[in-house]
Amino acid sequence: MTIDYALIWAGLIAFAVLAYVCLDGFDLGIGILFPFAKDEEQRDHMMNSVAPVWDGNETWLVLGGGGLFAVFPLAYSIIMPALYAPFFIMLLALVFRGVAFEFRWKSHNRKYLWDFAFAGGSTVATFAQGMALGGLVQGIPVSGRAYAGGWWDWLSPFSMLTGVALVIGYSLLGSTWLILKAEGNLQAMAYRIARVAGVLMLIMIGIVSCWSPFLHEHFMQKWFAWPAMLFVAPVPILVLLCAFILFRGLKHQQALAPFMATQCLFVLSYIGLVISFFPYIVPSSVTLWAAAAPENSLKFLLVGACVLIPIILTYTAYSYWVFRGKVGQTSAYHS
Amino acid sequence: MEWFDAHTLARMQFAFTVSFHIIFPSFSIGLASYLAVLNGLHLFTGKTVYLTLFNYWKKIFAVAFGMGVVSGIVMSYEFGTNWSVFADKVGPVIGPLMGYEVMSAFFLEAGFLGVMLFGRERVGPRLHFFATLMVAAGTAMSAFWILSVNSWMQTPAGFGYNDVGQFIVKDWLEVIFNPSLPYRLVHMVLAAYLTTAFVVAGVGAFHLLKARKLQATDASTALSREATRTMFSMAMWMIAIVIPLQLEAGDQHGLNTFKYQPRKIAAIEGHYETVARAPLILFGIPDSKEQKMNYVVEIPILGSLILTHSVDGVIQGMKQWPRDEQPPMGIVFFAFRGMVGIGMLMLCIGLWSLWLRYKGKLYDTPLMHRASVLMAPAGFVAVLCGWVVTEVGRQPYTVYNLLTTIHSASPVDAAAVGSTLIAFIVIYFTLFGAGVFYILRLMSHAPLQEASDTLSHAPMRAAGFVPPTFRENDSRSKP
Repeated sequence: MTIDYALIWAGLIAFAVLAYVCLDGFDLGIGILFPFAKDEEQRDHMMNSVAPVWDGNETWLVLGGGGLFAVFPLAYSIIMPALYAPFFIMLLALVFRGVAFEFRWKSHNRKYLWDFAFAGGSTVATFAQGMALGGLVQGIPVSGRAYAGGWWDWLSPFSMLTGVALVIGYSLLGSTWLILKAEGNLQAMAYRIARVAGVLMLIMIGIVSCWSPFLHEHFMQKWFAWPAMLFVAPVPILVLLCAFILFRGLKHQQALAPFMATQCLFVLSYIGLVISFFPYIVPSSVTLWAAAAPENSLKFLLVGACVLIPIILTYTAYSYWVFRGKVGQTSAYHS
Repeated sequence: MEWFDAHTLARMQFAFTVSFHIIFPSFSIGLASYLAVLNGLHLFTGKTVYLTLFNYWKKIFAVAFGMGVVSGIVMSYEFGTNWSVFADKVGPVIGPLMGYEVMSAFFLEAGFLGVMLFGRERVGPRLHFFATLMVAAGTAMSAFWILSVNSWMQTPAGFGYNDVGQFIVKDWLEVIFNPSLPYRLVHMVLAAYLTTAFVVAGVGAFHLLKARKLQATDASTALSREATRTMFSMAMWMIAIVIPLQLEAGDQHGLNTFKYQPRKIAAIEGHYETVARAPLILFGIPDSKEQKMNYVVEIPILGSLILTHSVDGVIQGMKQWPRDEQPPMGIVFFAFRGMVGIGMLMLCIGLWSLWLRYKGKLYDTPLMHRASVLMAPAGFVAVLCGWVVTEVGRQPYTVYNLLTTIHSASPVDAAAVGSTLIAFIVIYFTLFGAGVFYILRLMSHAPLQEASDTLSHAPMRAAGFVPPTFRENDSRSKP
């Protein structure tokens, strides 16, 4: 039996992107929710809740991009020029919010500027990510080994929708993370936001799920053709189950359940996307086998990935463990 | 050259973003190691002064590292957005090396950075030292992989081609340990250590100058003074030891370049004509149109002696190659002289420090301290000059002799590249300007003399019992 390295790598890259979404999603969400904070003390707590881990979270984005470059160079060299503007907007927005983590504490009387940079950067980066995703899902015209579309092709009602959807999704991740890490008024605020964001998120999942099958013939066949439908049916059913756990958790003021349920919603939405995409890496244009690097490149990096990714996951988990519990529990609340 | 075509703009954008980026790693590679040393010294000697210094430089490291991370993420996507043909063709070779960089270095740094910055009280001194070591190891491994990538582009080895025109790998060891890697790696890592040492020395010297008029009246001021002296002394040892090594490493790197990239050497040396018994040109104004040097100041025979270690050695001149295969001589020629000039000044500082130490006057020579303050940014300038030499000197190729820069670019509009270039210039100067300002402000306070009011809500104060010394030293932990 021959080993399909391209398929293994597609799985690993998909995992890296998913890890990015699940992890950086909640710290971007904290940034999106920054304007809702009542005072500086609340903003301090919000930022502190992600300060020790955001850097590691964002590294998954580098692995996603760098990994694509390494193992699917053709896809990388088609997707990046096609989504030129959203990617640059995302990168620059990430610069704004990244530096705010340190600069905010160093500024004497211009702290509000970095609050603004953190909130604005997080929101814009998320929106751009969502639009990039929408632009990729709707398809990219390819000719030969290069992108063959225009510079505004990514901008469409669908990509605007996915942009908004991701901002809502990350807000939900952020608010449920805050439920987990905060106490008192801040936690109460997080519960309120999570209820609204949860409803909006489900609506968005619904719209995107109904819209995307019409974008490509092969999407439609997977989701609505018998008997394939039977195999994909668990995804929407599990989405409903997670939604139930989320709202029950919010109602009963549970701390961990809403966050985990939201993460599961993201994982399920992502699985839905993967099902739609397969076997394409650029929908309807390039399959993952056509995009894959030569086999010895895949093998060489796979050896490292098998050894290093488990180690990475171990110390990442350790780092989360070190900073477990409520943020700032020894400092007095002034509220 | 057309200034406003997409290819030229993409080159300007890459040059701008990578030049800004390299400033931060060249500082944080050295500073991470310094922090590991300080943490280790405190762990094994128990002396408070080392922990004081650790906490002082830790805050500066956090700001610099953050800027390095965000400017680095940009780089990892720029290959695809602006250089997609390059990415497609070269991805199978250098992509996996960068994949190893991400997995072995970036995650390691990021994973332990939080513990290093905020977690000392949560994990205890031993694990905290371990975390600091891991951050330092991460920066070093990152340097190894990315320099391997760069070196492969300069001196490609161990590769072949497939039928769609991509480079493919025949031998990974030959790719990774390509002919110029050892030289470039040693030269760059030493450069990073020197850059950091000069910054630390400059900050130490600044506070030595400021403290001259003050008398140490209480224990805190005394400790602050001890910390200042210790950082100055450690930095001066580092400079005195590393600068001779760096000069030797630079010479060896030059010989390696002479062997593999003679065009770059022709530009560095300023030779248009191929000559034996070549002089060493100290100064001149290259005229690329007429293909000759004007206003030359030179030392006979020394050029051949340095590069070939023989009086009769032949150095190839730039005219040997057609004009469209020549790197621009002026930039390379002057950048090289800038780098070597700074290296010589560094050597003077190193020797002077040894003399003063021997005389017992290291802390009492204001002239030396003023010179150190002036030299504090010298490492950054030298690093930038060095990279300009090596990157401009390998033009017009991205993969030396095999793939030209112009055939590497993405099929993107000039307008798209131009507008992102402007955005980068405006945003980088604003944000990183603010960052440098904050770093300078942190440096303007002596150890233990920081204004604590602004930092009272800084991230992650300690969860439990905080020993009084930590409270005093670590302004991140709220009393």
